[in-house]
Amino acid sequence: MTKAKAPAKPVPIRVLIAKPGLDGHDRGAKVVARALRDAGMEVIYAGLRQTPEEIVRAALEEDVDLIGLSILSGAHMALIPRVLALLKKNHAGTIPVFAGGIIPDEDARRLRAAGVRAIFGPGASLEEIVTTANALARSAA
Amino acid sequence: MTGSPRLPPAAGAILRGDRRALARAISAIEDGDPSAGPILRALFPRTRGVPVIGFAGPLGVGKSSVINQLVHQLRSIGRSVAIVAVDPSSPFSGGSVLGDRIRFESRADDAGVYFRSMASRGAAGGVAAATREAARLLDAAGFDVVLVETVGSGQVDVAIREIATTRVIVLVPHLGDEVQTLKAGLFEIADVFCVNKSDLPGADLARRDLSELVASGPRDAGWKPRIVTTSTTAPSGIADLWSAIEAHEAYLDSSKSRQDGERHRLAIEIVGLVRDRVGRDLTVRLERDPALRRLLDEVLARKIDPRTAAERLEPLSRRGA
Repeated sequence: MTKAKAPAKPVPIRVLIAKPGLDGHDRGAKVVARALRDAGMEVIYAGLRQTPEEIVRAALEEDVDLIGLSILSGAHMALIPRVLALLKKNHAGTIPVFAGGIIPDEDARRLRAAGVRAIFGPGASLEEIVTTANALARSAA
Repeated sequence: MTGSPRLPPAAGAILRGDRRALARAISAIEDGDPSAGPILRALFPRTRGVPVIGFAGPLGVGKSSVINQLVHQLRSIGRSVAIVAVDPSSPFSGGSVLGDRIRFESRADDAGVYFRSMASRGAAGGVAAATREAARLLDAAGFDVVLVETVGSGQVDVAIREIATTRVIVLVPHLGDEVQTLKAGLFEIADVFCVNKSDLPGADLARRDLSELVASGPRDAGWKPRIVTTSTTAPSGIADLWSAIEAHEAYLDSSKSRQDGERHRLAIEIVGLVRDRVGRDLTVRLERDPALRRLLDEVLARKIDPRTAAERLEPLSRRGA
């Protein structure tokens, strides 16, 4: 699928924003969802307490270009690799995944090695997230 | 037949139950991608005319939650179901937050359910331009029922009428006095009224106002809209809602209304497609063709009026096609 071929009216990027696991802190995910909306993207907001299976299912049904996972529970090393593995299993390993939350540097390094394309900590600016999301989605298309 | 060589591979995959192929084809429709045409053409003969149930009503009345409960109800009686949930696009950025999926609770491994969020992308009337054709693909893909959730709508968002076989208008208590029910628009297209949040006070009054509306106005002599009350916090009334929808679908079959309705909807669709094609073509020519640019200049200079210009332009649309 070629996107952005008509310069006058580009096809909107579709992005899934979800929170895997059990923490209830969704402020960050909502702020990011809104920033991506304001950047012209169609944000499928799946909300809280999603299992990796539900997230991958949503990504496939919604035909998204990009997946953003927000996680503040500390369970990122269990849940994010599981999402990546399920995407691969469903022949959707090319959908870029980025993550945000409280993720220690050592874990971030390992998650990047496992295939997470970008990781944003508490200091990340919305501009940085939007720019990265745009670049990731366009590179995958 | 599935392996027929004339079938585009994506169409074959959709018929085999490939959900990703289905999802991509819906995106292609939304994006105006040329790959959508052959898929739709190949799959149209495979559509069966399954019930397409449209849900409209003001924002915040609980359409998503009612649909979520109805999905459970349908799965419990063994029906497969696809949902298309439309939310508005921003007129400023073109972006959208599609949040209806939050209310959707289904086992991740249940192949009998498909949920698709869809941005309105500037279309008025509560549905997106791609909604009708997406519903058609879902029919061809084998789902027993298609549910369409419209944008939380005002009084005039009645485009669902041109897509759905049964229209459910979802309301809540205390939306206004009975004069509201006399107004034109949304109330006139209801086949079923669903008074949701019926655990709140005022549900009886809302139901009574609607009963009077239904009793006084024969929109279609053969069918009187049913009124059901539902709650989704402690789920109740959902089986009644499905019964009311099924009763309307049965009425359509028994009265020839299904065929008449479909014929009417197809006529609107075909004319709409022609209008879009001619409109796109003429818009481009108005900008590029020197003679047509002069026509526009004449209108700008107040030498002729827009109606006269349109009369001169109209014959060109025939030649161009």
